[in-house]
Amino acid sequence: MATYAKARPAARRSLSRILARRETKEYVNPYLAGILLGIVLFSAFFLTGGGLGASGGMNNLVVLAQDTVAPNHVDRTAYLLGIAGGNKNPLDSWTVWLLFGVIIGGFVSGWLNGRLKIETNKGPQISTRTRWGLAFFGGALMGYGARLARGCTSGQALSGGAVLSVGSWVFMFAVFGGAYGVAYFVRKFWN
Amino acid sequence: MTPFPLPLAQHLGQWGAYGVYLLIGVFFGAVLEIAGFGNSRKLAAQFYFKDLTVLKVMFTAIVVAMVLIFGASAVGLLDYNLVWVNPTYLWPGIAGGLVMGVGFIVGGFCPGTSIVSAATGKLDGLFFVLGALTGILAFGETVGLYEDFWYSSYLGRFTLPDLFNAEAGVVVLGVVLMALFMFWGGEQLERIFGGSNPKAAPKWRYAAAAGTVVLAYGVLAVGQPTAADHWARIADEKEAELAERQVQVHPGEVLDLTYDSAIRVELLDVRSETDYNYFHIIDAQHVPLTEVPDVVPDLQAKPDNTVFVVMSNDEQAATEAWKTLISHSVPNTYILGGGVNTWIETFDDQSVRTAEAASVADDTLDHPFEFALGSRHPAAKPDPHAYELEYEPKVELQIQRGPIGSGCGS
Repeated sequence: MATYAKARPAARRSLSRILARRETKEYVNPYLAGILLGIVLFSAFFLTGGGLGASGGMNNLVVLAQDTVAPNHVDRTAYLLGIAGGNKNPLDSWTVWLLFGVIIGGFVSGWLNGRLKIETNKGPQISTRTRWGLAFFGGALMGYGARLARGCTSGQALSGGAVLSVGSWVFMFAVFGGAYGVAYFVRKFWN
Repeated sequence: MTPFPLPLAQHLGQWGAYGVYLLIGVFFGAVLEIAGFGNSRKLAAQFYFKDLTVLKVMFTAIVVAMVLIFGASAVGLLDYNLVWVNPTYLWPGIAGGLVMGVGFIVGGFCPGTSIVSAATGKLDGLFFVLGALTGILAFGETVGLYEDFWYSSYLGRFTLPDLFNAEAGVVVLGVVLMALFMFWGGEQLERIFGGSNPKAAPKWRYAAAAGTVVLAYGVLAVGQPTAADHWARIADEKEAELAERQVQVHPGEVLDLTYDSAIRVELLDVRSETDYNYFHIIDAQHVPLTEVPDVVPDLQAKPDNTVFVVMSNDEQAATEAWKTLISHSVPNTYILGGGVNTWIETFDDQSVRTAEAASVADDTLDHPFEFALGSRHPAAKPDPHAYELEYEPKVELQIQRGPIGSGCGS
């Protein structure tokens, strides 16, 4: 980043002016955000017959990387070859395109609302590096668990919850149960 | 009018359909961002009762989408039978949920929110995404060790109305009321632990709550369409298909389909137990006509590339079964043309079906069997290479339902 800034200071300045010089706005009311999210979720079901999701697309990208590095391994592992075995392209899946959309939508909204900023959100008692490590570790648990449960918060809890899947409702309570169960022991991370 | 969901790929092409998903994703990401879900501290505050934004956004979204989905279904705009419902694998879901809960409070995100966080420049979000990708990689490499567990406690398409044996409308209203109670409780907790003042929250939320209850009550009052309602709506079109013999498939086509690796064929034999025991096609499942509605949920849980073929001795009972399945929106359903009698005639060289017997389509078994051979009879499993049969192909695989798997399923 630093060498880049030295080499092209003018370009970097204009880029940061476009991206960062916006007034930071407040988050919207949670009930309003929920109503909007519900309408997006309904539109997904109405147009496509399926709900939303995030970890499925991430999964396909991981398998894409594996398929590029070690195609023989992918073709021999039962779970992986379903996604990228033979000539199957992991990008040929709606989950990936939904994921790309989430990246674009998050970025544009962050930009318009002045929240596009390189920073680390953390509790006051831990260092930035510790926070990064915890984020990585928590992410690994989340990624592993999401595949084990066949869905993340969006694909299982939100989508399955709205169409009244029993498994999704049980899953939702398990997530909240797991988080509340250990929240006390990790309170130093956040408070 | 075609009820939704739309067969997007048919209208727009595969990549055009992906454009729709991209657009849905854009809105999804933007809504997560404006809700504050790009900020891990806001998410984690949920678990210390200080800021229950997660609970409010999630349950409001579920309630709004649910009321709209079942409302659209009640007025016939959307076919709930065709909507993807996450299949229930009870214990893997609970185990995964608990692991995710721990990951949530340690890492501060869930997968979707971490993407939004990283996209807005938050480094903790970026590290979380990298961690999640690593966890996903680890899962793909280790699931083989306990695949039995991962596929265990499978309950299929199992919904809360099934569980409580209640009308969908009752469950919808119940979920709305439960959510409102949770919002009330959540605001009390925020007041106690987070020091916020519920009176400062906008008043319109009461109107929104009341409006949702009224809508949910409306969904209950209108009721979900029964199979008979659904049949009434499509009867003209489907009777025409029957009359033009568009759905009665030649035995040769059925045989070829069973050897087509891209297609799964489910054969449903709706004859009497006696006839079934005398002779049935190999792998044909015996489902007495009266029990056809009971197997609908199982059939709907089959993969999208499944073709269902119902059969009776001739076609009467099979046609009844076909109507039942169609009115329950079971996709890709066909009738074995000429029934089991014609099948035997086609594939058994020694068959002794008289022309007289064939002319009376009374749905009785026209071939005398000395022994009940079931599927051990040679015609039960004909060699597809031994027959050069000419037929007009009728089966067209239509994938109407949404994509297999929810965003995260597989």
